[in-house]
Amino acid sequence: MSAFQLPLASFGGAIEFIFTPQSSNVTGGEKVGGFDQVVELTLKQLEVTLLALALALVVALPLGLYLGHKGKGELLLVGLANAGRAIPELALIALVAAVIGVGLLNLTPALAVLGIPPILTNAFVGVRQVDQATIDAARGMGMSELEIIRKVELPLALPTLMGGVRLAMIAIVATATIAPLAGVESLGDFILNESVYGSDGVLAGAILIALLALALEGALALLQRRLTSDGLKLKTS
Amino acid sequence: MRIDKTRWRALLAVLAALALTLGIAACGDSDDSTTSGSTEGGDAAGAIQSNPDNGKVTLTIGSKNFPEQEILGEIYAQALAAAGYKVKSALNLGSETVALKSLKTGQISGYPEYASTALTSFFGLEPEEVPADAAEAWEKANTEFEKEDLQAFEPTPFASANAVGTTKETADEYGLKTVSDLEGVSEKLSLYGSPECRQRIDCLAGLEKLYGLKFKSFTPVDISLRYTVLEKGQADLSILFTTDPQLSAESDKFVILEDDKEVFPAGNVIFVTRKAVAEEAGPDFEETILKVQEGLTLEVMQELDARVELEKETPEEAAKAYLESAGYVG
Amino acid sequence: MGDVALLAAAGEVGGDFFKERDSDSLPCQAQPDHLFCFDWAQENIDRYGTPTLQHFEIVALSLLFGFAVAFALALLAHRNRWLRPPLLAGTGVLYTIPSVAFFFLLLPITGRGRDTAIIVLAAYTLQIIYRNTMVGLANVPDAAKTAARGMGMSERQVLWRIELPLAVPEIVAGLRIASLSTMAIATFAVFIAREGLGTQIYGQGNLTFPTSIIIAAAIVIAMALAIDAILLSVQRLLTPWRRARPA
Repeated sequence: MSAFQLPLASFGGAIEFIFTPQSSNVTGGEKVGGFDQVVELTLKQLEVTLLALALALVVALPLGLYLGHKGKGELLLVGLANAGRAIPELALIALVAAVIGVGLLNLTPALAVLGIPPILTNAFVGVRQVDQATIDAARGMGMSELEIIRKVELPLALPTLMGGVRLAMIAIVATATIAPLAGVESLGDFILNESVYGSDGVLAGAILIALLALALEGALALLQRRLTSDGLKLKTS
Repeated sequence: MRIDKTRWRALLAVLAALALTLGIAACGDSDDSTTSGSTEGGDAAGAIQSNPDNGKVTLTIGSKNFPEQEILGEIYAQALAAAGYKVKSALNLGSETVALKSLKTGQISGYPEYASTALTSFFGLEPEEVPADAAEAWEKANTEFEKEDLQAFEPTPFASANAVGTTKETADEYGLKTVSDLEGVSEKLSLYGSPECRQRIDCLAGLEKLYGLKFKSFTPVDISLRYTVLEKGQADLSILFTTDPQLSAESDKFVILEDDKEVFPAGNVIFVTRKAVAEEAGPDFEETILKVQEGLTLEVMQELDARVELEKETPEEAAKAYLESAGYVG
Repeated sequence: MGDVALLAAAGEVGGDFFKERDSDSLPCQAQPDHLFCFDWAQENIDRYGTPTLQHFEIVALSLLFGFAVAFALALLAHRNRWLRPPLLAGTGVLYTIPSVAFFFLLLPITGRGRDTAIIVLAAYTLQIIYRNTMVGLANVPDAAKTAARGMGMSERQVLWRIELPLAVPEIVAGLRIASLSTMAIATFAVFIAREGLGTQIYGQGNLTFPTSIIIAAAIVIAMALAIDAILLSVQRLLTPWRRARPA
C-alpha cells in the first residue's frame, strides 16, 4: 500500500498548490502558486501557442491549398512533413535564445516553424483528395480558379486540414512548455523552476499542462467535427 | 502471396539479436558518471595521497546549476577520487533549495555552497546580518547547519557575490556607478535574472525592499543567458556574478554597479555535507577538501570560470588542469 | 592514515596557468555573435560520443517497447471491435500530453532517470503505430482473406500469413514516423535524466553556445534519417512483391 501512498500524497500537494498560494522554498520571498498565478501563466502559454498557430496557418494554409490545387510539389511536401517531425524542438528554442534573442517576438516564429509542416502537408493532401469530377463540374459552372479553391476545395479539404492543425497544435503547445528557456513565461515555469515552486509546483505544472493540451485538442476535435460537412462525415472515420 | 518463411525468420532473428544487444547495453549503463581514483600518490609536495581505506566509501558530489559550481564540484570529486574514495558526481542539480534537499535526502554526500546564500536563503538572515569576514560567516552558517545534522567545512579563499550589471553604454547614458544611482531611473529599465531572483533577498527582493527600486519589468531567464540578454539589447540590467570571466575579458562592454548599501553579501564557498557522511568517510574527507581548495584564489577561480564559460572547456577538464597545475594530483 | 603534510608550495598554480584575455583576442566560441566554430568542433567532437550513445539507446528501447505494446493492442482490437474506440482515444491522450509534462507526472512514481524517459517516449509512439497497424489490417482485400479461408487456413493462419504481411507497409510507415518523432523528442530527456543529446543543448551552459546546439541537433537529425533509411530497407525486405509506397 505504501508504494501508492507517496504518489497520492504528492498529487494532493500539487492540487493544493494550484488553488492556494504557498510560501516559497526560498525564505523571504513572496508566496507562489495559487489560482491567480495559475491563470496568469495559463493565459501566457495560450498566448504564445495561439499566436504561433495563427502564424503557421497564415503561412502554410494558402501555400498548401495552392500547391494542392496545382498538384505540384508532392515529393517535397512529404519530405518536409517527415523533416518537420525530426526537428529537435529543444535545439530550436535554444538556438533562438542564443542567436536571435529571448522574448515573445523572437520565440513565436520559431514555434510557428514547428507548426508549418503538418498544416502544409495536410492542406495539400486534403485538396488532392477532392474528387476531380467535382472540380470539373465547378469549372464547368464558370467558377474562377480562386473561387474553386475557396468554395469547393477548401471546404472539402477541411477534415484533413483540421487533422494537420491538431498535429501542429500538439507540437506547439508541447514546445511552449519550455518557452521559459527563451524568456517567455508559461506553465512550464512551474516545472523548470523547482527551486522556486517546490516539488508540489512541479507536479502541479505537469498536471496543468497536460490538461491544457487535452483541452485544446478536444476543442479542435469538436471544431473539426462541426466544420466537416455532413456528406463527408460518412467518409471520415 | 505468402511471405518466404526464411525471410521472416531471418528478420526476426536480426531483430531479436538487436533487442538483446540493446538490452545488455542498457543494463550496463549507470546513471551518474563514476570517476576512478588514481592510486598514484606522487612524490610532489602537497600531492594528495591515496588511502586504500577510503576505497570502502562511496561519495556522491553534487553542485548547483552554473559553471562555477560545476567546476568546484569537479575539483572536489577528482580530489577525493585521488584520495582513494569511490566517487560519483551529480552536478548541475539546480538552485540551492534543490541541492540542499538532495543532500538531506541522501542523494548526494555533499556540495559546495556560498556562506552568504546559506545564511540568507536557508536561514533567513537579512543581508546586513551576514558577516563580512569569511571565517565569521562560516561559523554562523555552520552553527545553523549543525542543528540539522549537517556540517560545513571551512571556506575557500575566494568569494563571489551577485551584482547588478549592465552595458557600458547604458551605464554612461544614465550615469550609473552604484546601485543607488538607479533611483528614479530604474522605472525605465528592464531587469533580467534567474527565476529564483524574485524570492531572494540578495537579488530582486532585496533591490525592491532595501534599495526601494521599482523596475519597468522583470523577466526570468536561465542563468547562462545573463550576458546574452545584455548583448542582444533585450535587458537593460542583468544579475551577474562578481567572479564572471566576462567582466575582465570583455571589460569594455560590461560593468557592474557598486553595491553601496551592501545588499549583495559576498560569500566564500563552504562545502556542506551530512555529519553521518563525514564520520563514515573518515578524516581524509575533510582534509582533502580543505587542502584542495587552498589554491582557489579569486584570480584562479576567475581563470577557471573563463576556461569553461568562454573557451567552452568542460568543468572536468578545467578542474583537472587546476589540480595538476597546483600539484595536487600527478 | 594518509599523509597529508602541507607544505608552503602546495596549492599554488603554475605561472603559466593564467591566460591573457581581452575583447579582441577571444576565441571563436567566446565571441558573442558566433554561429559555428569549426576549430572548437573538431577538437571537442569526442564530447558527443557518450550522449549520442545514450540518446540512441533511449530511442531504440522506447521504439521497441512502444511497438511491442501498440502491436499487441492492435491485434487485440483486430479481433474485438469494441476495443477500438477506447484504444484509439487512449493512445490519443498519451500522444497529446506534452512529453516534458508527462515526465514530471511520472516523477512521483518512477522518479528521475532514463526509465521514466523511456516510458513516456514509448507511450508517445503508441498512437501512430496502433493506428497504422489497424489501417494496414483494414486495408487487406476481403478477396485475399476469403481465398485463404477457402484454402483451409485457420483464422490465426490468415492473420499471420495473409493479413499481417499485407499490412507491413502501413505498419512500417507508422514505425518510421514514430522513430523520427522519438529521435527529436528524446532531447527532452535532459529534464528528467542527465542523458542524451539534450545535455549538449541545455545543460552546462550550452544554452548560449550555438556551436554545441547545432552539432547536437545535426547528430539527432542524422540519426533520424539513418533509422528512417534502415526501416525503409526493412520494409522492402518484407514486401518483395511490391514497391514501397511513400510514407
